[in-house]
Amino acid sequence: MQRIWAMIVKEMWAVLRDPKARLVLVAPPLIQLFIFAYATTLDVKHVDIGLLDRSSGAHSSELVSRIAGSPYFRHIVPFENFGQLRKAIDLQKVHAALVIDEDFDARLARGEPATLGLVLDGRRSNASQIVNGYVSRIAGEMGLELLPPRMQAAAGGSTVTNWFNPTLSYFWFTLPSLVALITSVSGLAVTSQSVARERELGTFDQLMVSPLRVHEILIGKMVPPLIIGMLNGSIYLIVAPVFFGVPFTGSVLLFFPALFMYMLTVIGIGMFISALSQTQQQAFLGMFLAAVPLIILSGYATPIDNMPGWLQIVTYADPARYFIVIVQGLFLKAMPASVVFSQLWPLFVIACITLSAAAWLFRARME
Amino acid sequence: MAGPVAPDSVASAVGITKAFGPGLPALDSVGITIRPGKVTGLVGPDGAGKTTLIRILAGLMSADAGTVTILGGAPSERLDDIGYMPQRFGLYEDLTVRENLTLYAQLRGLPGEEHEAVFGRLYQFTDLGRFQDRLSGKLSGGMKQKLGLACALVRTPRVLLLDEPGVGVDPISRRELWAMVGELTEQGIGVLWSTAYLDEAELCDDVYLLSEGKQVFTGPPADLTRRVDGRVIRVTGFADRRRMALTEALDRSDVIDGTIQGRAVRLLIGPGVPIPDAEALGMGSDTLIEPAHPRFEDGFIERLGGGPKGTSALATSYREIPPNDEPAIEAQGLTKHFGDFVAAGDIRFTVPRGEIFGLLGPNGAGKSTTFKMLCGLLTPSEGTGSVAGHDLRHAAASARASLGYMAQKFSLYGDLSVAQNLDFFAGAYNLPRARARQAIERMVEIFDLGDRLSVNAGTLPLGFKQRLALACAVMHEPPVLFLDEPTSGVDPVMRREFWMHINGLVQKGVTVLVTTHFMDEAEYCDRVTLIYRAEQIATGTPDALKAQAGALGQIEDPTMEDAFIALIEEQDRRHTQGEAA
Repeated sequence: MQRIWAMIVKEMWAVLRDPKARLVLVAPPLIQLFIFAYATTLDVKHVDIGLLDRSSGAHSSELVSRIAGSPYFRHIVPFENFGQLRKAIDLQKVHAALVIDEDFDARLARGEPATLGLVLDGRRSNASQIVNGYVSRIAGEMGLELLPPRMQAAAGGSTVTNWFNPTLSYFWFTLPSLVALITSVSGLAVTSQSVARERELGTFDQLMVSPLRVHEILIGKMVPPLIIGMLNGSIYLIVAPVFFGVPFTGSVLLFFPALFMYMLTVIGIGMFISALSQTQQQAFLGMFLAAVPLIILSGYATPIDNMPGWLQIVTYADPARYFIVIVQGLFLKAMPASVVFSQLWPLFVIACITLSAAAWLFRARME
Repeated sequence: MAGPVAPDSVASAVGITKAFGPGLPALDSVGITIRPGKVTGLVGPDGAGKTTLIRILAGLMSADAGTVTILGGAPSERLDDIGYMPQRFGLYEDLTVRENLTLYAQLRGLPGEEHEAVFGRLYQFTDLGRFQDRLSGKLSGGMKQKLGLACALVRTPRVLLLDEPGVGVDPISRRELWAMVGELTEQGIGVLWSTAYLDEAELCDDVYLLSEGKQVFTGPPADLTRRVDGRVIRVTGFADRRRMALTEALDRSDVIDGTIQGRAVRLLIGPGVPIPDAEALGMGSDTLIEPAHPRFEDGFIERLGGGPKGTSALATSYREIPPNDEPAIEAQGLTKHFGDFVAAGDIRFTVPRGEIFGLLGPNGAGKSTTFKMLCGLLTPSEGTGSVAGHDLRHAAASARASLGYMAQKFSLYGDLSVAQNLDFFAGAYNLPRARARQAIERMVEIFDLGDRLSVNAGTLPLGFKQRLALACAVMHEPPVLFLDEPTSGVDPVMRREFWMHINGLVQKGVTVLVTTHFMDEAEYCDRVTLIYRAEQIATGTPDALKAQAGALGQIEDPTMEDAFIALIEEQDRRHTQGEAA
């Protein structure tokens, strides 16, 4: 016990002794949180849209002014002919262009259905789909109002309610995931350096000739990244509601065990990389090699359901996949304990695997 | 210090001062003159400022004050005439010998059509022709230095700056390097040879001796040794108590320095006092005193004000290791394979309690492999070993708990403070809280670490690093100490202090295993074994090995280095004969 304690104290000093290093452990994750939170915006706002209005009547002006009045659109760029429109789309001056035919007003005036043309930039498929949605909704609302009141009622329609994120704020979606991603990157970074640094600086042999057992060394090396991860996680737990207004609706008593288990899986991966590396540089590159798939396959950026079948199977090995479900659930929908546990046991299995693999590799590469 | 520039100099520097940050400057008003056709020695312990001065001479760094003249111009104007061999990183380890040479030839602008002729000459000069296609990372230490030298010679320079070419090189390669430098000086090249080995200084024409950035001696090496002429004695006749005899002799006021040399003790007597006779030394009736040949190191020690006194405070407070009939260290047929390669084969020896045993041999011969197997860093492929009665295979952790380990390279935590390092090692060796506190207090007092407790260990001066490393190794009072080239690069006074502690500990019953290719460390051993090509080729007392070598090579009064070389050459001869038969 005393040896483990000595090892933990030594590792804590190794990480915390330098005031600059202390700052590096807490400041960048926080800065990352703010930058990533604002940078990974999924909203499409400030859209510039082109307009080729061949009708120029009251109804077409009404439509254009409704679009102009929408918060999603910034500029409306008028075109005189199709050639200008083509050029503007080509040069990405506008995201999309609305084409209003000459008989638009006339048909509406006669009470007939009229059609609109919308040219979208397929190179920006995601944004285009969203712009399409905005324009369709505006046009649909306008069309509905033009109907006689009796028919308006008959036309039906749908009322949308967004559960768990009523205003569809992307902060509510991205912040809980960022908590998972940033704690894992900092956990990986600290752990992956720990053994590699001793190897590179020549202290590894000195450690190996001491009576410290392998498990004592490993536990000693795991505690500091665990504490740092838990600390960063707690800071986010405060920052997300206070600065970004994302509610934490679940139980803190579930959040911390989940974070603890997740940190164990990540530390296992980091320790494996560190045991494999001869130098700190190798460890650093190895950390990137692990961090990128960890993030991409977690379902944070793209839904796992959209991935090909074989890749979906691979994602079951990604601990971030489970932890993101837990944090999003705990933040936004007061996830109950039973559901948390259904995600927690795979984390437990992965933690056992990564930690044993790290211990095995550490032993195998002692010589 | 620096006189006027000699007319026949190829390079000179006057009043060079250079500081890195606050504190003592790395160089304090140092001057040097390199004469054509001569070997100029830049001598001093690690951290004395040698590399800084060489880099300034090579134009890689500018001095804060002072002027450098190379062949009448500034270094930057004379780059084509300067050959520079850095201490490390000079070679690209992932390139072959030939590729390294080609690269340097291109960097130095040697016309392509001259490559073959120049390389041919260099291969012949360095005897590296057979290894053209070998990766330079896979060469032995000696061959790397030869290749480094060849790279510095692709365009024949007029000034050749060599930064510690003797480091990591076994005595045989070292002799070859000196022979090569001898040929170069015959061509009129001015060579600067920097070294921490004081015995190399004796081979130079002029010596500039640096200590902590200051020039402490300038001139031919004989000028320094002449000052101690007639004051060096060799005392014999008390083989079994020579350590005690040295301790007592050093505690006398008329003795300013002393070392063990095999069965003898070598003493330097202070100036202006008579040489003590056998009776005065009180070492017994058989004592024989004879004058010894003074060495450069004696002169240096005197310049530094003499070595430490004989009684070790560490040893005084150390526990007495209980006598035991079992050997303290035992190797029984230790063998290590790496794939097909045999790194060490069938190594056998036993070391009784209270002896110093030395593992000697060229780099890569297997001495480190043997050492690492015995301290538990490598698992033997075959054979068994034990330390303090604990079997290495079955009780590795208990074996580790009973040894103290100190490596050649500083292997403590440089970014932790001195106190944190001591705390960690006290904890790692399971010292109970109260004992740990006592042990740390004792170490701090003995090694004078009190003022530096909160300083990062990595920023300590070399001597203090070594003290701290020894403190961490002995805090738990182990019965066995493992030392891996413990004093390489350390100044001679610090080295004396280190061996004074070791001598004291051995008298308390501590057993020591030391690997070294430093011949004066070998002299402190009770017995040594010479490992060459993974085999033990000779085992015995240093004096027995010297006698054996003396008979082999008909050398009179051979040094340990002569013995080393003679025994290895004899082995090579037998090896070739065996192949021929």
